[in-house]
Amino acid sequence: MTAATDTPMVELKGVKKRFGALEVLKGIDLKVDRGKIISIIGPSGSGKSTLLRSINNLEEIDEGRILLDGVQVNRPDLKGLAFERHINHIRQNMGMVFQHFNLFPHLSTLENVTLAPRKLKGMDAGSARELGMELLERVGLADKASVYPSALSGGQKQRVAIARALAMRPKVMLFDEATSALDPELVEEVNQVMKRLAEEHMTMLIVTHEMAFARDVSDWAMFMDGGVVVEENTPAHLFTHPDHERTRHFLRKHLGNQPQTQPHG
Amino acid sequence: MDINLMIDITPLLVKAAWVTLDISARGLFFGFFIASALVVLRTSRHLPLRWLARGYISVVRGTPYFVQLLLVFYGGPAIGLRMDPFTCGVVVGAFNIGAYMSEAIRGAIESVDSGQNEASRSLGFGRFATLQHIVLPQAAGLMIRSIGVLAIILIKNSSLVSIISVVELTYQAQRLIGSTYKPLEVFTLSALMYIVIIYAVMGLVELLYRRATRYTFL
Repeated sequence: MTAATDTPMVELKGVKKRFGALEVLKGIDLKVDRGKIISIIGPSGSGKSTLLRSINNLEEIDEGRILLDGVQVNRPDLKGLAFERHINHIRQNMGMVFQHFNLFPHLSTLENVTLAPRKLKGMDAGSARELGMELLERVGLADKASVYPSALSGGQKQRVAIARALAMRPKVMLFDEATSALDPELVEEVNQVMKRLAEEHMTMLIVTHEMAFARDVSDWAMFMDGGVVVEENTPAHLFTHPDHERTRHFLRKHLGNQPQTQPHG
Repeated sequence: MDINLMIDITPLLVKAAWVTLDISARGLFFGFFIASALVVLRTSRHLPLRWLARGYISVVRGTPYFVQLLLVFYGGPAIGLRMDPFTCGVVVGAFNIGAYMSEAIRGAIESVDSGQNEASRSLGFGRFATLQHIVLPQAAGLMIRSIGVLAIILIKNSSLVSIISVVELTYQAQRLIGSTYKPLEVFTLSALMYIVIIYAVMGLVELLYRRATRYTFL
């Protein structure tokens, strides 16, 4: 399949979303190529989280099109069970990592990772265990396989959550402020895991408040405010000499006069 | 206190206590299914079904158990609803406790963090699979204690079925008083038996609760 390689992995065309009378996404266009990493920054209420959640339909959009590897995600033509089946299938190809981890507290770390491949892909217990251990190894938590989430630190929980999302072998990973709820000293371990994923050419969309991380890891950066993309560019350009006053203002507030390498929550 | 009498009547009261347990356990068992059905109806997409469930719950909560029992046992035959006293006690108990239990189950399901649902859906699980693998196992722990409280209420309420002459603990006690004229001894003994039953149930509930929520202690 050579044709597939020029299809963007994720594509948004004129995406609009309203909550009641409030329009939170006012026509967003976006293309993420295979293996690329894009960071979305912006003040709270800018619509960046809603945008990310729209991609796997946790928020249903009102207008526009969302495509994953050329397949349309939102399908206003499908109703009820037909849409359920469609979206459940689509979501298996997208991993999502949440701000508050949302690990399943009644399952061990390993079971958190293996539940989806076992139940959704019918993987047998042995192979699932092997896969789960391999993924926990990758996030540095193989020794925690049998403990329950309540015994993990925030950073460890988020690393397990990343492993859980990877277990379905997704084509793309969505990170919704993955480090915002963490104590500052735990941020780095999660960032390390994300960096390693980046080196393995996982396609990633990252909504973050961490400017330094966004600048270091991404291929493209997008600044959103008030439901629109104010500007987008290479991180080198966007973070050092942004074109718009709103972007400059936002970055001044978030980078302040701190050294730019220090993570900022 | 006539201790000898108390020793003499103990076997009879123990036998009757089993009937109390039996009628309550059956009521709880069927009540759980009625409660589950009510939860499904209450969350249905169809408004009349939601109304039906809510109306039913309101009627049960708004009337005394005693009246419900008398209504079904004495009023039932007029509309072809004829049951022996024991069956009637089980059925009315189940329908009564089911209404309360549906609230306990619904509350437990609703108090599972919505992030759990989102995480499950984002992996590709459907609504039903999410309920099955993620929400219900967590809700189970949250509902066990409230169901335990209801079980105890059901056991205590079962003393009322003596009025339709089910030979359970309270009915047997009244019968023994009729022949011995010793209400203090007989009722003291039967009260003790209720305490034993109820504390045994409480212990069991606590055990089940710990098992179901083991993951939070580890």
